[in-house]
Amino acid sequence: MRIFASIKIAGRALRRNKMRSLLTMLGIIIGVGAVIGSVSLTTGATKQVENQVASLGENVITVFSGNFTSGAMRGGWGSAPTLTVDDAYAIALLPDVAAVSPEVRDREQILADGENWNTQVMGESPDYPQIVNRSIASGAMFTAQDVRSLAKSAIIGKTVVDELFPGENPLGQTLRIRDIPFQVVGVFAAKGFNLFGQDQDDIVVVPYSSHMHRITTRTFLNDILVEASSDKTIIQAQNEVSDLLSSRHRSKEPDFTVRNQADLMDRVSASSRVMGSLLAGVAAVSLIVGGIGIMNIMLVSVTERTREIGIRMAVGARAADILVQFLIEAVTLSAIGGSLGIIGGMTFSWLIAYFQHWPTVTPTVWIVVAFISSAVIGIISGFYPAWKASKLDPIDALRYE
Amino acid sequence: MQTKPVIQLDAIHKTYHTGEVDVHAVRGISLEIFSGEFVAIMGSSGSGKSTLMNMIGALDRPTGGHYWLDGIDVSTLGRDALADVRNEKIGFVFQGFNLLSRTSAVENVEMPMLYHRHRIPAHEQQTRATAALELVGLGDRADHHPNQLSGGQQQRVAIARALVNRPSLLLADEPTGNLDSQTSIEIMGVFQKLNDQGITIIMVTHELDVARFTKRMVILRDGKIVTDEAVQNRSIGEKELLRLRQEQQAVKLAS
Repeated sequence: MRIFASIKIAGRALRRNKMRSLLTMLGIIIGVGAVIGSVSLTTGATKQVENQVASLGENVITVFSGNFTSGAMRGGWGSAPTLTVDDAYAIALLPDVAAVSPEVRDREQILADGENWNTQVMGESPDYPQIVNRSIASGAMFTAQDVRSLAKSAIIGKTVVDELFPGENPLGQTLRIRDIPFQVVGVFAAKGFNLFGQDQDDIVVVPYSSHMHRITTRTFLNDILVEASSDKTIIQAQNEVSDLLSSRHRSKEPDFTVRNQADLMDRVSASSRVMGSLLAGVAAVSLIVGGIGIMNIMLVSVTERTREIGIRMAVGARAADILVQFLIEAVTLSAIGGSLGIIGGMTFSWLIAYFQHWPTVTPTVWIVVAFISSAVIGIISGFYPAWKASKLDPIDALRYE
Repeated sequence: MQTKPVIQLDAIHKTYHTGEVDVHAVRGISLEIFSGEFVAIMGSSGSGKSTLMNMIGALDRPTGGHYWLDGIDVSTLGRDALADVRNEKIGFVFQGFNLLSRTSAVENVEMPMLYHRHRIPAHEQQTRATAALELVGLGDRADHHPNQLSGGQQQRVAIARALVNRPSLLLADEPTGNLDSQTSIEIMGVFQKLNDQGITIIMVTHELDVARFTKRMVILRDGKIVTDEAVQNRSIGEKELLRLRQEQQAVKLAS
């Protein structure tokens, strides 16, 4: 097999010109390195966003009441009193629904022990922690019995604990909402800020019945949180909820809106797709620039080594041997450059992850893509110079000064 | 013993078509060279000796006539077949040495073996290259690069490279053109030694002094052979070297 001889020859030629080989590779190194680095950063960021979306609760469908319209003025979502607790009970009986929490929300000034704090007070069912993927750090969630008895029990977030009961055990303590004493029966595990920058720990959760009868005296819900039985039935569950509410409300126009977490996920992945295609564009441009660098150097190299080509042909190299030799040189340059670029890009993203605490992920598929495309760039950019070299006439090449 | 010629040229013609004028560089040369011969092809520039050399070296094909090398009709072969003929049947030695720079002597010598039709194992390449370098007296310079070698040494590396595939024919194009007179004599001595071992050598030169080291002189003029005769009073490398040293000694004594 003469291909081994060609590999040997190409290797020797590249080693003879170490500095030039390195500089030629630099284009590909930087191109591939930039691609791998930025892909790692954006993949890491996307992963983090996806995790946050998932942490809002999986398989969750949210039913908002319709918007209140009075004359030309239109209220926002949840402004019309269309959703009732009975609606929520009916939804809970649907086949593809696993859990339901009627939700009422309100901002209230809360007092405790001489401290006070303004926070979001939410009325929920005992299924709330399960639906939104939250766990109770200490104490326990209120029960269905508490809902029936309009219990004055509250589960509070970590921020509220810090503001109202600094350095104390909040369990069993009393806080006052509109002068009504509620007992802290549980504390949520800290969850931090959500996608929209809201502090998810700055909440007080009470039974929805208590909220509606003791605090706000409201008869309608802001929304209903519904958990589908699995991620496969989420669309089905959504349709069932829509059909059920349409028949219950008997309105011509739907007076409610149903959304699911998948919609949000879709929007997130749509933005990461845009990011991805942007990156692919940058990648393509930088690889093409690197490829042009290789072609340029290979052309110079062929001219400069015309005599060498002549000598090789004189001692018996066929045109194909010369072609393969120069092709292998180009591919070796770009493949080694690509490998170094991958290592460089991964090192860069690792450094970012280490020092900036930014999550980075280097997808294996991109490593493979980067390597293959740099090799392909080598073949494409090396072919013309190699072909030119192989077409040289040995006599002319030998005489070349 | 000399039953079949190594080289048989039969009415070789070569015409170049450059622009509107046809250049008739070789006009019907017929020549037979037998195994073990040492031939100098001479002629002034424009005599067609370079063109003839290119055709004998299978670098170029004649436009008319036939050329048999070792029984193969080279004049009908394609590019790849010509390359194989050059690889296996012919060893080239050039005026400018034509070694690969930044490549060790032994790697330069190995080069023709890389293009052999049958793969030669690496260790055999190494052995053969070293043996060829020893044959030309450079066994101890195998790892030197061309820029670390003198002109004479570089030409010896080139000769080793030409011999490494055991060709039927050694073809030298002005091999002493870039060398001083003493080194020229040394190189001619190397050729004579190789010829004594049975290697057929054809050499192109325009220097009569150099041609006198060969056994047979073919002189060209205007693309035709004008003289083809055995060399009288042949110079012998060792004797000439001795004479040169004595002369140099004499010059030193005189000054």
